[in-house]
Amino acid sequence: MKKQAELVLIDRIKSKFPKAVVDTIVDRGEVTHVIEASEIVEACKFVKSDEELQMVYLSDVCGVDYHPRKPRFEVVYHMLSLKKNLRLRLKVRLAEGESVDSVTGVWRSANWYERETFDMFGIEFEGHPDLRRIYLAEDWEGHPLRKDYPLKGFKDDLNPNGIEE
Amino acid sequence: MSNNTNDIIEKDITTKEMTLSLGPQHPSAHGVLHLILDMQGELIIKADPDIGYLHRGTEKIAENLLYPQFVPYTDRLDYMCGMSNNLGYVMAVEKLLGIDITERGKYIRTIAAELSRLSGHLLCTGAWGLDLGAMSVLLYAMREREMVLDLFELLCGARMTHSYMRIGGVRYDVTPKFMEKCRTLVDWMPGKLDEYETLLTGNRVWMDRNQDVGVVTAEDALDLGLGGPNLRASGVDWDLRRDAPYLIYDRLDFNVPLGENGDCFDRYKVRIAEMRESVRIIGQCLDQMPEGPFNVDMPEIVPPPKKDVYKDMEALIHHFKYVSSGFKVPKGEVYSAIESPKGELGFYIVSDGSEKPMRLKIRVPSFCNLQATDHMTKGGYLADVVAVISSLDPVFGECDK
Repeated sequence: MKKQAELVLIDRIKSKFPKAVVDTIVDRGEVTHVIEASEIVEACKFVKSDEELQMVYLSDVCGVDYHPRKPRFEVVYHMLSLKKNLRLRLKVRLAEGESVDSVTGVWRSANWYERETFDMFGIEFEGHPDLRRIYLAEDWEGHPLRKDYPLKGFKDDLNPNGIEE
Repeated sequence: MSNNTNDIIEKDITTKEMTLSLGPQHPSAHGVLHLILDMQGELIIKADPDIGYLHRGTEKIAENLLYPQFVPYTDRLDYMCGMSNNLGYVMAVEKLLGIDITERGKYIRTIAAELSRLSGHLLCTGAWGLDLGAMSVLLYAMREREMVLDLFELLCGARMTHSYMRIGGVRYDVTPKFMEKCRTLVDWMPGKLDEYETLLTGNRVWMDRNQDVGVVTAEDALDLGLGGPNLRASGVDWDLRRDAPYLIYDRLDFNVPLGENGDCFDRYKVRIAEMRESVRIIGQCLDQMPEGPFNVDMPEIVPPPKKDVYKDMEALIHHFKYVSSGFKVPKGEVYSAIESPKGELGFYIVSDGSEKPMRLKIRVPSFCNLQATDHMTKGGYLADVVAVISSLDPVFGECDK
């Protein structure tokens, strides 16, 4: 039964987007598709509306920084299907400075998740209705969850114990 | 004179749109919530939560700590129910490691997680009552919460920041005294919940303030990413404990309470019903509690018992190694979610094969719930905002991470 669910997750998306799926990883019972950044909105629309998947609930969107690997960033989407009891992870890979289309049009909950990712990694989401920092102050410099951002922060007047830039 | 008054009443009264800041220091804004409200008279046009006042960079800290060292930080997320956060984190790491904990460990964890659900919901109900002017409920809820905290103290010595769960099991075994006191709570609690219901459920003021306020339909609730009781109050039949069972939930008999209208009153009723189910779950766990070890038998993951460390050289070396260098976790990534009192609490961990997580993302339910504030308060009155916020039950340690 479990295996069958995995197969559905793999086949449905691969057959629909044969070119856009760059890589498919199955690890510890979790299915991950790496998608071309330009196709992510289409892929999300598909997994939400498809009869076999029905991923109506977006659990999470987050960034990961693989510095110094290239391309450096990944944006990870976790989604959940309540009807089919399935979980799926989609990913896009982005180089520094690249942006990705926003999925706020597919799930409204993506709004804050994408703002958080922007705040922490500086990844821009095209078409986001209100892309601004969410946790940090508006005039904050830098994006703290990047690997080249020191734990103690950068040294300035307000942070004398920080690391020299 | 009287003509003048009539003139004024008959004219359309237009007021200038104004912006009101509710919080971050406000008695009925939970924690440090700062709501920027655009208002036309007393009607809400837009509510924009401004969060981040309690941001501590927990995820950045996690990247610089050994896996076992991060457990105490999870206590400080949703500090009303620290056990659930502990559980979410250690389960994610165990999934990465690919280990299954012992039966007794699972039972102890289930009891602890359900106790923390009780403590979270009790505070939610109490504070909600206080916000809407029913002060006595808070006092009663605090009395029962005190019993739960006493139980935590018996379990691990701490009342709020437990750090009780550890990767591979729990820190201490349960004692007979704990079992006995827990049994007392299970017997005592349903009657007390009836008491709250007499105070609130049929109360005209409580009903008027909550019914048809902050209504969310099932589709909207899913679209907005609501979780836990807030999702179920809209009639979405989804509970991770039943639908994606972890620990021993698949062996227990419990119901998933649902609401119909998706208003504040349903969210209140769902929470009360969930507390009743939690009590039932704890009772069943106490009945079924098996004997045996409470930790897995894996010396690299589980430190030796503390009393051996003082007497035995090998144990001392083992303890030192565990504390100073931790253990390596296989490469890979996992997303592990549990049903915390507020909703789906997920930990997404990317491991690069070292002793520290490469990336740790916490999917916190309070953050996702709070996002719906605008949708739920739009078009309502200012006084309803207070009810809506209380019904969402945000905890800012968790929301701001």
